[in-house]
Amino acid sequence: MTVLVDYGAGNMTSVRNAFAALGEDTMVTRDPAVVAAADRVVFPGVGAAGSAMANLRAAGLVESVQTAALSGKPFLGICLGMQILFSHSEEDGGVECLDVFGGRVRRFPSYGGFKIPEMGWNTVEGLHDGSAPEFYFVHSYYAEIVPETAGVTEYANVRFTAMARRGRLWACQFHPEKSGRIGLELLKEWLAC
Amino acid sequence: MLTKRVIPCLDVRGGRVTKGVKFKNNIDLGDPVEMAVRYSEGGADELVFYDITASAEGRPIDIAMVEAVARAVRIPFAVGGGVSSLADMERVILAGAEKVSVNSLAVRNPQIIVEGAREFGAQCVVLGMDPVKSERKPSGYEITTRGCRDFTGMDAVEWARRAAELGAGEIVVNSVDADGTRNGFELAITRLVADAVGVPVVASGGAGVPVHLVDAFKASHADAAIVAGMVHTGDYSIADIKRTLQEAGLPVRMSW
Repeated sequence: MTVLVDYGAGNMTSVRNAFAALGEDTMVTRDPAVVAAADRVVFPGVGAAGSAMANLRAAGLVESVQTAALSGKPFLGICLGMQILFSHSEEDGGVECLDVFGGRVRRFPSYGGFKIPEMGWNTVEGLHDGSAPEFYFVHSYYAEIVPETAGVTEYANVRFTAMARRGRLWACQFHPEKSGRIGLELLKEWLAC
Repeated sequence: MLTKRVIPCLDVRGGRVTKGVKFKNNIDLGDPVEMAVRYSEGGADELVFYDITASAEGRPIDIAMVEAVARAVRIPFAVGGGVSSLADMERVILAGAEKVSVNSLAVRNPQIIVEGAREFGAQCVVLGMDPVKSERKPSGYEITTRGCRDFTGMDAVEWARRAAELGAGEIVVNSVDADGTRNGFELAITRLVADAVGVPVVASGGAGVPVHLVDAFKASHADAAIVAGMVHTGDYSIADIKRTLQEAGLPVRMSW
């Protein structure tokens, strides 16, 4: 059973549908005890870092999410869920985050004529030998490159962490649940890890 | 590199996909879920569903259809038409759509963009606009609503700027003049909007052959382009379109 952490940051429908397509049962929870006891944890999220951290605190989920991410059990952060695993985000005037990965999250530069948010399919280097398949991204902030960076993407002249991995702790900026066949394959790999 | 998106548009009426010319003469094209799967497996980067008759008939959105599409495809999709409140937007998003497109509603009540962006994130809120040529407006284009039944007196570029400031995460420029003609996108207004706002802009209305999308991306600076008739009739596949884009040197997603 895979547990999805619900902290009021976006809906879970797409993620649940993707796991259902792989035959994996999911359960949505905001109970810290359920997160702590889960075999596998998915930490999704869209929206803003400030309200996401405030919601996590209000729900008493900060410690259980941090502990789960650091526990060595399979843990998957997606999009905003990945960003707030970093130490700090520039969003909402600056927010201290969960500090599971050491790096920082910054806003894409407003100069250069690049559209913000980055919205669409962008190539990810480093995940597949010799190829850089496209995954679906929607974001205005990016996580800098850290020692755990496993996949790199470039937008607005910035190279950033598209995916970070530390053992069975995976985190991706893109949406694997919305990245077609290639996204499903990544989720399948995570389920097997 | 971020790729240019090709987005089939499915106009849904009474649970079936239809296609009309200039919002009229609708013909039956098939089942929305089956078509969504076919396009998704054929390389579409995203899908958009418009419930084209919902606002005229005052009918609520077909949530069961949105749920069925969300279960069947693993690519993003937007839903528009008949969204009349924040509660409607929430229902569509909870049903599994990534984006909700507001058009007439946003003209009547621009605050819905602010509320939608605050509640769900700007990336979920798409402004759809139906500009028509008008010499009375500074940009040369006026916003219409309700399938071109009403003229609003609003300048198209002004409205695009304002909507982006209010929090729209993307703007779809659907030219009423070009819609259904298959003679090419209305490049001038698409470019005016694309150059005026800092959010992604989608060209819509008029695509007839693959090279029209090259024009939308190169001449009009669009980030994505909507296709309908040219793919629904089977004249071209998404792969055909993408090969043409690739040959023109544009970044596109070629493996799916």
